[in-house]
Amino acid sequence: MAAMTREETEALIQEVLEIYPEKSRKDRAKHLAINDQSLEKSNKCITSNRKSLPGVMTIRGCAYAGSKGVVWGPIKDMIHISHGPVGCGQYSRAGRRNYYVGTTGVNTFGTMNFTSDFTEKDIVFGGDKKLAKLIDEIEVLFPLNKGISVQSECPIGLIGDDIEAVSKQKTKEHGKTIVPVRCEGFRGVSQSLGHHIANDAIRDWVLDKRDGDDSFPTTPYDVAVIGDYNIGGDAWASRTLLEEMGLRVVAQWSGDGTIAEIENTPKVKLNLIHCYRSMNYIARHMEEKYSIPWIEYNFFGPTKIAESLRRIASYFDETIKEGAERVIARYESEYNAVIAKYKPRLEGKRVMLYIGGLRPRHVIGAYEDLGMEVVGTGYEFGHNDDYDRTIKEMGNATLLYDDVTGYEFEEFVKKVQPDLVGSGVKEKYIFQKMGVPFRQMHSWDYSGPYHGYDGFAIFARDMDMTINNPCWKNIKAPWKTETTSAEPEKAVA
Amino acid sequence: MPSVMLRKREDGKLLFYVAKKDLEETIESLEFDSPDKWGGEVVLGDGSRYYFDILDAPPKIPLTLQAKRL
Repeated sequence: MAAMTREETEALIQEVLEIYPEKSRKDRAKHLAINDQSLEKSNKCITSNRKSLPGVMTIRGCAYAGSKGVVWGPIKDMIHISHGPVGCGQYSRAGRRNYYVGTTGVNTFGTMNFTSDFTEKDIVFGGDKKLAKLIDEIEVLFPLNKGISVQSECPIGLIGDDIEAVSKQKTKEHGKTIVPVRCEGFRGVSQSLGHHIANDAIRDWVLDKRDGDDSFPTTPYDVAVIGDYNIGGDAWASRTLLEEMGLRVVAQWSGDGTIAEIENTPKVKLNLIHCYRSMNYIARHMEEKYSIPWIEYNFFGPTKIAESLRRIASYFDETIKEGAERVIARYESEYNAVIAKYKPRLEGKRVMLYIGGLRPRHVIGAYEDLGMEVVGTGYEFGHNDDYDRTIKEMGNATLLYDDVTGYEFEEFVKKVQPDLVGSGVKEKYIFQKMGVPFRQMHSWDYSGPYHGYDGFAIFARDMDMTINNPCWKNIKAPWKTETTSAEPEKAVA
Repeated sequence: MPSVMLRKREDGKLLFYVAKKDLEETIESLEFDSPDKWGGEVVLGDGSRYYFDILDAPPKIPLTLQAKRL
């Protein structure tokens, strides 16, 4: 199928919207758009970060998911208490594959679930006493923890528990950082507000802990990697490139990160933002308070990596600029070999994406390096500034869909017929049953890393093994295929 | 009265950012921008207008300020 024209895309959107009642149709129409590269501002064509309609299948998460699951969870040497009923913590435990180094249960706690396990009694009489007891127990059982964060679940806000008071009291008693985070799930329209709340909690309770303390030796080449959650080892694959070009990575936020790294971040010279959506708040704060500039970068695919490395280097002196060129040259033969191997197998294939955070625009470059084309993209919880940045990356007349519903996404895929869909685990099995090759792009379908030059090789291999998998030819039941072989099958004894 | 974060873009233009509204726009014109007087009415890239209290000297950017919507 050739690329769609503007009119065809418009007709497609209208056709999909047809089924809705009038009021919902009007609302959903604002969230579906046709990309127009001539626009500077996305608010001319698409509405985002609005409440999902009741009754549609949305794929969004909650504020607790944004705070505990995304921002705080990967900080490995802190214990993150899921404060409230047991389910929220247990069903999201270890699902995001934020890799880390350490001995789980001794000095790192990433994949463990700590919860106050609220019952009816706690809702009626309040859970502050339980929280205090829980913190005391943690101190006895896991003395090597470097801090505790209290991640509120919905009931905490509803019954009005004072987790701040408990945290302050216990901080005094134990002498450790204890951070209350007001990330009750019902806040906001999606996990995006959870990111913001988590950033604000870091700002208020952690970041200024070492202000005025100059004992940490600094260099002119200190940087912090912000918004890389080390999914499948992503942050490690990024970090090696930065270190190779001569920079010193002081902190990783927050994949494989520690609280000490976070406290040292205000001492760096430049903040590197990978996931803009979840961490731009803290970068803006550090720019204002500590005068640390920040830039966004993109480590998906060799074209974007080279672009980003040069951009990062432009903030430093000649040695780093040479370093960037050296790194690009060093990996050149490696990534050219990857492209030479996979491009012939993937050339011309069309991809539809629907993910969260940074990926709907960041991975486009990596697909283009492999000769593939992204024909539709959308954010679960993006804001206008995300779409501003997406317009230029996407081709003209391609589809943009914000907070797409299950029904719309299925219809779009049926009509556009892409060769690959990249989305989350909730969509995975629907599309696979429809016979469409699918990659789960939230945690790289249990593969990874995808960042950096090393990650690109894995990315290319994964896309190839999904799209060119022989199983897609066998989706239809053999007795339903029209071209049955003339010769009857021989019975095997 | 939204609180507005001002920062300089790489090309030297001032950016006007309101976190709660997801508004990130360039400042097209500023009423007073001289060494002894700064502030007043601002016009953004999308045409909307805000007002900053007038300061005696240009502030150090980046900075969060209160702005009035006009």
